[in-house]
Amino acid sequence: MSWDDKLLKQAKKIIKLYPQKRSAIGPLLHLAQSKDGYISDDSIAVISELVGITEVQVKSVSTFYSMYKQEPTGKYLLSVCKSISCEINNSSEVINKVQEFTGLNNNETDEEKLFTFEAVECIGACGGAPAVQVNYETVEGVTSENAVNLCKWLKETKPEVVVADEMQENFGGIKSFDWAIQDSSGATSTAPGFQTLKTTKVKK
Amino acid sequence: MKETILLTKHMRENLEDSHLIDSYEKNNGYFTAKKTLLESSPEKILEEIKASNIRGRGGAGFPTGVKWGFLAEDEDRYLVINADESEPGTFKDRILLERDPHQLIEGMIITCFSANIKEAFIYIRGEYAKPARRVQQAVEQAYQKGYLGKNIFGSEIDLDIVVHLGAGAYICGEETALLNSLEGRRGEPRLKPPYFPAVKGLYMKPTLVNNVETISSVPWIIENGGEEYNKLGVEGSTGTRIFSLSGHINNPGNYEIEMGSSFGEFVETLGGGIRNNKKVKAYIPGGASAPWFRGDQLDIKMTIDDVANNNSMLGSGAVVMMDEDTNLVSAAKSIVSFFAHESCGQCTPCREGTTWLEMILDRIASGRGRTSDINLLLDVCDNISPGLSWPPKMTTICPLGPSAVSPITSLMNDFRDEVESLIPTKVFL
Repeated sequence: MSWDDKLLKQAKKIIKLYPQKRSAIGPLLHLAQSKDGYISDDSIAVISELVGITEVQVKSVSTFYSMYKQEPTGKYLLSVCKSISCEINNSSEVINKVQEFTGLNNNETDEEKLFTFEAVECIGACGGAPAVQVNYETVEGVTSENAVNLCKWLKETKPEVVVADEMQENFGGIKSFDWAIQDSSGATSTAPGFQTLKTTKVKK
Repeated sequence: MKETILLTKHMRENLEDSHLIDSYEKNNGYFTAKKTLLESSPEKILEEIKASNIRGRGGAGFPTGVKWGFLAEDEDRYLVINADESEPGTFKDRILLERDPHQLIEGMIITCFSANIKEAFIYIRGEYAKPARRVQQAVEQAYQKGYLGKNIFGSEIDLDIVVHLGAGAYICGEETALLNSLEGRRGEPRLKPPYFPAVKGLYMKPTLVNNVETISSVPWIIENGGEEYNKLGVEGSTGTRIFSLSGHINNPGNYEIEMGSSFGEFVETLGGGIRNNKKVKAYIPGGASAPWFRGDQLDIKMTIDDVANNNSMLGSGAVVMMDEDTNLVSAAKSIVSFFAHESCGQCTPCREGTTWLEMILDRIASGRGRTSDINLLLDVCDNISPGLSWPPKMTTICPLGPSAVSPITSLMNDFRDEVESLIPTKVFL
């Protein structure tokens, strides 16, 4: 197995959260995504062994969900929303400009492995249309010009942690609602910046 | 028209720290849960929920008390919070998760007490990373305080909550698909019957699946009584509801209101009217799955029954306004593309049909439409949802397929001229 001890320990902790091991596949695939930037065959093998089902079964789950990437992603996953509220608020222009700047078609990654671009379905930021996510951190009210500026900023500064508040302040506009709470947390990979951490179980 | 503030009270009064347990407790948070566990009984809680007449806020609008009443007896039962909010136009659960996660947890504690449940899950869509972090932090804080875990509030009652992240599949908002996903499977809906979650749910055990907003309403209902809640709104649509308003609107956002006023009043007052003083061409009353209303139908009341009586649905409470300049064919195409992308692929009419609808609409929208395309569209729709009636008949396991039909029937019933005008050869069969 090629997951290191730290990751395996984390994986085993996640498995213990559930009444049945198989339920942990989802969070384990997110873990795999955060490790490699995609779901490698190696991770499939590790998860299969950890959870006790066949590799094919793990693969069939991983290919169902759009957030588990089957090909390596760049450092930043640019997801521009194209669903109805964004669509009628000119998201197509945002998509065009971001594609122009990055030179990427849908679901493509550049050679430097910096950006992966995707036009995505509703990300729940309809009041702040058009909206963009970078590594699943949301920026709302993004004009096509600011979307390009956001890409430029990512390219120049290459932040290790992508923080929604910071991006919103510099490149965002109208929001779905007052975010109110200041937050410096963010994402460090093309997996969502979330880990099931310390939840302590009492049962079983 | 004014908002009625119940669910969003704490977050409005404590802007900077409403997500933290200290702030929540300072404002009487967890008091109701504690009192419930130490002094009340499961039957009393169920009675209050039934008396409130609250109906589910996820989309289907099923009476919550009745749902709880259906839960079969078993040693292991589960509560699963559906926080897979993905219906285009909807962002109301996001604010509840981000800014008042403890209210949800308190609602879950009371719910689990009433239903004798010891293990609960919050299934949050994967794209909601920030809301998930807030909820996870809140769960951890609640454990530290002894409000979750063993003998909560010093009672005999145990409850565990696990926050589970989805991975980008709209279909997992459908409750049986959600359960499959939570079991570590592909998010494909199950057949009902036999797989009603209340009988054969998570791990084939009786399971309550409730929406975030529904369970976030529970603490208020128990604190103030079901009768008080029932007084708000109108018969059949009691209480307050958070509507997500978006599209060509001056003040998009979430608004907590009592149901019963008209869409027009809502849009003009709280919404601040349509941008650039334009007229409304059409609007979506309840998320992308709902058939549209025309701009001259703004006097329809915002209640579950009024909207249903006008052949649409209040659904997830997502109102999307489209002004007079909107290209409705492109708008419909966006919605159909959404469903084509999100189809799980189990049922042929949906898997193949949505893809064809997308291709035909794309052809029309880009000026390459054929005179036969309108009938072709309707024919494909009829294969997914025979008769094109409302509520839709289904040839599929779940309502996703028929949802893709909604925008097309709206186009054809009310805006057929606009579709025809995009087809170059003006000879119609």
